[in-house]
Amino acid sequence: MVDVAFQPNRTAAAQSGRRRAGLRNALRRKSMSAFLMTLPLILLIAILVIYPAIYSLHLATLNKAMTKFVGFGNFEFLFKRETFWLVVKQSCIFAISAVIFKALIGFIVAHFVHNVPANKQRKWRGMLLVPWVIPPAMSTLAWLWLFDPSYSAFNYTLSFFGIGPIPWTGDAMWARFSVILVNVWYGAPFFMIMYLAALKSVPEQLYEAAAIDGANWWQRIWYVTLPMMRNIIAITTLFSLIVTFANFDIVRILTAGGPLDHTHIFATWAFRVGIEGSDIPLGASVSLFMVPILAVAAIFILRDITKRGNES
Amino acid sequence: MSRKKLSRREFVAATALSSAALITAPYVRGAYAAGKLSMGFWDHWVPGANSASTELVNEWAAKEKVEVQLDYITSQGNKNIVTIAAEAQAKSGHDIFQMPTWWPQANAELLEPVNDIMDPLIKLNGEVNGTVKYLGQADGKWLGVPASVGSQIKGPCSRIDLMKKYANIDVQEMYPAGSPPKADNWTLDTFLKAAEACHKAGFPFGIGLGETSDSVDTAGAIFQSFGAQLVDAKGNLTVKTDAVRQSLDYYKKLLAFLPPDVSAWDDASNNKWLVAGKGAMIMNPPSAWAVAKRDAPQVAEQCWTHGFPAGPKGRFAPYLPFFWSIWSFSKNKEAAKSLLSFLSQPASIEKMVVASGGYDLPAYEKLTTLKVWAEEGPPKGTLYHYPNPYKHQTLSIAASPAPPKVAQQIYFQATLTKMCLRYYQGEAMEKTLAWAEGECEGFMRS
Repeated sequence: MVDVAFQPNRTAAAQSGRRRAGLRNALRRKSMSAFLMTLPLILLIAILVIYPAIYSLHLATLNKAMTKFVGFGNFEFLFKRETFWLVVKQSCIFAISAVIFKALIGFIVAHFVHNVPANKQRKWRGMLLVPWVIPPAMSTLAWLWLFDPSYSAFNYTLSFFGIGPIPWTGDAMWARFSVILVNVWYGAPFFMIMYLAALKSVPEQLYEAAAIDGANWWQRIWYVTLPMMRNIIAITTLFSLIVTFANFDIVRILTAGGPLDHTHIFATWAFRVGIEGSDIPLGASVSLFMVPILAVAAIFILRDITKRGNES
Repeated sequence: MSRKKLSRREFVAATALSSAALITAPYVRGAYAAGKLSMGFWDHWVPGANSASTELVNEWAAKEKVEVQLDYITSQGNKNIVTIAAEAQAKSGHDIFQMPTWWPQANAELLEPVNDIMDPLIKLNGEVNGTVKYLGQADGKWLGVPASVGSQIKGPCSRIDLMKKYANIDVQEMYPAGSPPKADNWTLDTFLKAAEACHKAGFPFGIGLGETSDSVDTAGAIFQSFGAQLVDAKGNLTVKTDAVRQSLDYYKKLLAFLPPDVSAWDDASNNKWLVAGKGAMIMNPPSAWAVAKRDAPQVAEQCWTHGFPAGPKGRFAPYLPFFWSIWSFSKNKEAAKSLLSFLSQPASIEKMVVASGGYDLPAYEKLTTLKVWAEEGPPKGTLYHYPNPYKHQTLSIAASPAPPKVAQQIYFQATLTKMCLRYYQGEAMEKTLAWAEGECEGFMRS
């Protein structure tokens, strides 16, 4: 004999109750609410970043008239072009040297600011961040006037010392120097502020212990400061490398890739080929060329950071 | 309660009336009965020049009952061509877009043919020049209506005083206001001698050798004066020819008399050179002179715009037309055609040319002798020969007659000026030619 009469709706009601409780629990979980809160941003990134990225991948597989799928045909074509390899070389010179100088200057200036008395630090931080907060298109226009081929303010000043005129944007080497200089000027404050934050988080006791052990200034930097800043240095370098490789405005405004294509980098050449030359698939291919290389670099750097994070 | 009964006769009359009202209702012209039309026009350099276009569009819109949206899109930072690329990709945007030089050809498959309005316009305004046909027609299909707004010739703008004093050339006598040019001796050789003399005197010609339009256009005209083409009309490579070699040799000689920094010049550099009073000549439409009128009147009153020097194969001047094109995805093509037809009437064109101070050049041959060019000054008549009224020079564009999609690459990659610079910097002639040939081969990909 059965104790309870058969109730067909009972199972369904219990299930729906369990489902409601499950939803409540899910919402109560921190990860779930965090996900929901970030959902608008995720959607925004999906629309503004992921969709265009996929679309540019699609474009890179089309022929010039965008009527036919050509697979890797555009890349095959690029690999045979002399100018393309010139652009690859220049992009590497531009990005790597600019990031090295930005990191070095940022590191040195961060130390100076760190040693400034606390009540004066805010002023210095504010002033040193100015190049980074001005929109680069605007500040590069000011640099363009300083480098102007006929009316350069630098050349005018140098003329008092019997130097020049220097062809800042007219000679291949000087033009490369000029675009790197402006990029360093613009990007060094970012490194400075990141390194300053990292310096502030190094426990003072470590320096005290090092001092007791008789470590000199260089040893304190090498054995205490740098290891403690390793993660932030890696992340900042990676981030800056990606952004510098993708730079457009500085080169476009200052030299537009000239003279003789000797300052073109991926973005400016992609614009020249894709938009000005109306060959959008080839332009998309140029701009996508660095993606796999940077992605591999990112994986290695981030893996290293995770490893160190787990060790600590 | 009384209730009025509807008779059969009344019922039939009421039905007939309401049916008639229903049928005719859509044809009653309300404020915007003919729909909407949006257009993206080029934002003019000359202050106040946009107002003439706006007035004309509004006048047409009021007459035709069309709601219009007019956007002026600057070419600063190439915003206009970026917008064209975006609209072409999205297949959505303005109904009419004012496209510069190469863009109608680049988007030929996405443009509405306008032969039905071009044929009557040519009958009315006269024939268009060869460059307009080369850039505006594909397989007999007109890709746009040549816009007077923004269209320009980049001929020499000389300093009367400096040319007379140092080069012994009276440009006003050579190109007299109100009468045909007496420029038989105005050849590339004379030009070179004048460049040398002015350079010696400390007022070199301001001709750029960078990668922007002004530099490329001058190189294009000089190459064409020697009959030099990198790619011919059929798409054959013609880099390694004597004509190209002669052009490079000529440029090598000329470069020695130009300012040392010309390889870094952009489209603003030559204007600044003239306005600052540093040079005896630049190659530019009258915008530099217009700026000088405002900022350096003593320079402006010594400026004279005239024709190009002739080479062994003729006298060529760079001509850069704009086109008003209708996207094939436009939802109001008939209204768009009606507007373009209205904007191309002689009175409309004259109004726009006057508003631009004579900067804009109509493409039609009957409209190159408007009063504005004879009257503008100081000095009076300075623009008289700007629109090529006696057709004594062939209006052309650099890299033509190569197939337009190849020519566009040659133009924007500045292959001509790069060749000149490479050769000038000491590269062997054959190496420069081999490099250019390789580049042009790449431009031919389809």
